[in-house]
Amino acid sequence: MEFQQNPSFGLVVLSFAVAMLLSILPLPHGWAWFRPELVALLVIYWVMALPERLGVGMAFAVGLTQDIIENAIPGQHALALVAVAYFCLLSYQRIRNYALWQQSAWVFVLIGIHQLFWNWVRSLSGPAAQPLVFLVPALASAVLWPFLLIGMELIRSRVRRSPF
Amino acid sequence: MVLGAMALLLIGLSLYTSLLDPLRAKLGVLTQSAYWVTDIPTRFGDWMTDRLTSKQALLEENAALREELLIHKGRAQQMATIYAENMRLQQLMNASEKVNERVLIAEIFGVSPDPLAHRVIINRGSEHGVYVGQPLLDADGLMGQVVEVSPYSSQVLLITDSSHAIPVQVNRNGVRAVAEGIGNLYQLELRHVSNTVDIQEGDLLVSSGLGQRFPVGYPVAEVETVIHDPGQPFARVIARPMAQLNRSRHVLLVFNDPARADSPADLSE
Repeated sequence: MEFQQNPSFGLVVLSFAVAMLLSILPLPHGWAWFRPELVALLVIYWVMALPERLGVGMAFAVGLTQDIIENAIPGQHALALVAVAYFCLLSYQRIRNYALWQQSAWVFVLIGIHQLFWNWVRSLSGPAAQPLVFLVPALASAVLWPFLLIGMELIRSRVRRSPF
Repeated sequence: MVLGAMALLLIGLSLYTSLLDPLRAKLGVLTQSAYWVTDIPTRFGDWMTDRLTSKQALLEENAALREELLIHKGRAQQMATIYAENMRLQQLMNASEKVNERVLIAEIFGVSPDPLAHRVIINRGSEHGVYVGQPLLDADGLMGQVVEVSPYSSQVLLITDSSHAIPVQVNRNGVRAVAEGIGNLYQLELRHVSNTVDIQEGDLLVSSGLGQRFPVGYPVAEVETVIHDPGQPFARVIARPMAQLNRSRHVLLVFNDPARADSPADLSE
């Protein structure tokens, strides 16, 4: 999978804004665990696409914003996303060359790490999730990854060609 | 590394000190606007329903509402007498006088995305006189209490959240218990009910007011199952909340704190 290299920071901000709104969109009762971690997926995507420009700092800023918007413990998502971005930076050169389904498997691991941190911080202030239940969002995210990747690449190629 | 440490520091600060609380209250405005945006589809749906309802359906609904109003008015006729009688009896018993509770209508416009937390966000905040600990009702029963207040919105912890417990009593015989949330939107569990206590399936549990947080006498839940297991020290009592916790949109905030009862909010009735 080839990533485009053009930086488009307006798109970065816009994509995160949309992802954060989607992450607090009310879901039907019982579906909350199946919500993909869209913000974390986008962090993975942008780090893989522009690793020399976007990295741990962006992940920290995005995580703090998400904490504020979701009214979570400040630092809960920031910590998880910093970890994800770090592992992503270590591994992007290899992962970029993988097939989509193999990338999905790696995304499952990354989001799993995200959930691990998230759940650990959650457990400091109250009841934590049942073991393995907190990995369900990672599964949903891994399923979503190919669609997100292809969709984002399409959008970015459109943006590059558009006259604006 | 540095950023991870900073995140850890923030977590620590917010969990174990209250240094960040004023900041969080201020940033609540940002939270609120984000939830306001995600609420747009729902409001648009409501608006469409309003526009596209047929005249026939409206007339039918109107007739049904009139009937319901008639029934309620009929019941309310005796209320004045009963209220006065109740007052006299309470005076006879030297009980403290009951505060007439004011209510404020609010609307739920956001649900916490955290699957482990049962929290909702309502569109009333400190500007409307909402305070931490204020009880929230819907048409059928008690829903929860306010836990965080920002100027124009507040966070409400529902009674089914696994960190919530509410003192209740059985309406039939006054047996007291504590109803705990277990993280299931349709179930509450009564704590430490001994096997000999008179609780039956179908009993109505009302708030007992013992925690001094919830007002007395609002319906909380209905007992669903009572399991007497000889191997367990206590009976297992499961109750179903009366309030429509995942359906209600219009809710009531009750001002039951006597100290605050005379600080009026503009939108109150």
